[in-house]
Amino acid sequence: MVTTEAVVHSFYDKVLAATPHGEQLRVCLECGNCSGICPFGYLMTYPPSRLIAMLRADRFNKVLETDTVWMCVSCFACTAVCPSKIPLTFGLMTSVKEELLLAGNVPAELQTALANSQRYGNPQGESPRKRADWVKDVNPQVTIMAQARRPVDVLWFVGDYASYHPRVQSATKALARVLNALGVDFGILGPDESSDGDSQRLAGERGLFEILAEKNGKAFSKYQFNKIITTDPHAYNAIKNEYPQLGISYPVQHYTEYLIERLDQLKPLLKREVKAKVTYHDPCYLGRANGIFDQPRALLEAIPGVELVEMAHNHTNSLCCGGGGGGMWLDGFQWEKAHVRMSEWRVREAMTSGANILAVACPYETPRFEDAVKSLNGGRQLIVKDIAELLAEAIG
Amino acid sequence: MNIVAIFNLVPDLVEELEIDQSGTALNMDFLRLIINEFDDHAIEQAILLKERSGARVSVVGPSIDGADDVLYTAASKGADQVIKLTADFQGKKVNNHAMARAFASTLKELQADLILTGVQANTDLDGSIGPLLAEYLGMPYVGYVSGVNAVDGKVVARKEYPGGLVAEMEIKLPAVLGIQAAEQPPRYVAVTKVRQAMKTTTIEERLLAEPDLSGDVCIHRMFKPEVGTRAEMIEGSADEVAARLVGIFKEIGVL
Repeated sequence: MVTTEAVVHSFYDKVLAATPHGEQLRVCLECGNCSGICPFGYLMTYPPSRLIAMLRADRFNKVLETDTVWMCVSCFACTAVCPSKIPLTFGLMTSVKEELLLAGNVPAELQTALANSQRYGNPQGESPRKRADWVKDVNPQVTIMAQARRPVDVLWFVGDYASYHPRVQSATKALARVLNALGVDFGILGPDESSDGDSQRLAGERGLFEILAEKNGKAFSKYQFNKIITTDPHAYNAIKNEYPQLGISYPVQHYTEYLIERLDQLKPLLKREVKAKVTYHDPCYLGRANGIFDQPRALLEAIPGVELVEMAHNHTNSLCCGGGGGGMWLDGFQWEKAHVRMSEWRVREAMTSGANILAVACPYETPRFEDAVKSLNGGRQLIVKDIAELLAEAIG
Repeated sequence: MNIVAIFNLVPDLVEELEIDQSGTALNMDFLRLIINEFDDHAIEQAILLKERSGARVSVVGPSIDGADDVLYTAASKGADQVIKLTADFQGKKVNNHAMARAFASTLKELQADLILTGVQANTDLDGSIGPLLAEYLGMPYVGYVSGVNAVDGKVVARKEYPGGLVAEMEIKLPAVLGIQAAEQPPRYVAVTKVRQAMKTTTIEERLLAEPDLSGDVCIHRMFKPEVGTRAEMIEGSADEVAARLVGIFKEIGVL
């Protein structure tokens, strides 16, 4: 029978070992900034600062009996405001979820997504052989590395939702059209690609993350390319910040970073006007977690006719769409406790900002915000588009 | 109490099914096998019984692709013993009569008190394995069980009937139960736990000398659903379809 003290010591050790600056956990001031800014903090029995208090009081066993840590969507707001610079999201919250998962205390919805990720390489449970089916009506043909067997300049890591989700596939095809218009020599892994694993890692499945990363690492090593670009910020975060620790190291950019570097070539192609007030939602894993705020905005401003307006929460204090850290696969569980969705809060902000279009840069967001648009009164006026879709529209 | 959970693997329906050249079987080229969901519930029920009443659990399956994963996962959930029946199964579609005979000899060796297996599988062409097993072992069989309690050398099983009826039956051991659903969905086991189990668990391999493979049904033809001729497909705009429907209702006399 493991004593609480033993659990606490091993938990501390685990956080220290697993996270850079994990020892900062010891200098928490109990200021409560984290719990206050957490969007679902008010629904957690133990929001971040209370979790630390329980650890210090040697009462971590109590935490293991609760399930409200699954309200955490790893949005990074707590980490961004912590005066002691504690790695709360990656260190504390993820580690608590890991402990709960090991003890079997994990919502059934999430279990399915995790089991699917392991078995099929994607959380949706789709056939891995169909991962590149979206390329069918893209012209010129998208290069699939295993078939083409030649080096490319850019390896485009497409991702789960960008590959399989019907709504997000429009944005994926749009990005392919933009890359083609720029004459980029790119290829995709197709069926060789597995989930980046970042959200699964943040949902507490470190072992699964490592399996997925290893698979992707093997796939990367089979081909020659100069850099990786990603459709989504979660894959960007994983490949940039986590894969190198596993020995998988490649230069990587989010597609907005890649495109803004080529603004000189892109701007002349943006001939058609997109006359609209556009508000940009900072994805948590592009903005707060990785400091990329200006590039996506600059891309939008390059589109003729676009007037950029900001929502009340923007840049570092943006509101999360609710999809990270397992949130994509916890909708039922979170709804039961909250009776409100983060995506609905955010869409209301977009509506208040006076925008016609809510621009996004992460595949989780398009379906989440469109669902919120459908369920809010007066929401139907708001259009949700990925930046890639707006660029493709402007290219024509 | 010695509990044995039996499982088999079936085609994973995530991939599209194709018929092979002979027209009498599935094309196995891109087919992946997955544990029969009902057998997964049987394993879960066995583990639940162990947690509640301290029984010993063995999990037994055939040596085909994917069986190792199932056995290691069962071990990480708490199974005491995991066994793979090795015989020349590959390339031959093994019918349930043959599987039942194969399992029966091992079950006799294991001196099983309670045998749990899924009540059905989507590959049951010659009948489901539970009743066949019970017959070869000379034990009673109760199917469509959705809850099991062990009490003093007997079990009380909840059996589901059509129409929402449920019966509680007391069954003297040894017996075979066909599990419809475990009392909770099969639990998730963290990947690290399964990996740990892979290092610390030994899968016992038991060789079946010359299995008796008879009992199969004779398949004349296997085919995907074909468009029938008895349905009238009504096409056109909503108004045209509605008008045709009204005409049909009048023809057959309901309007």
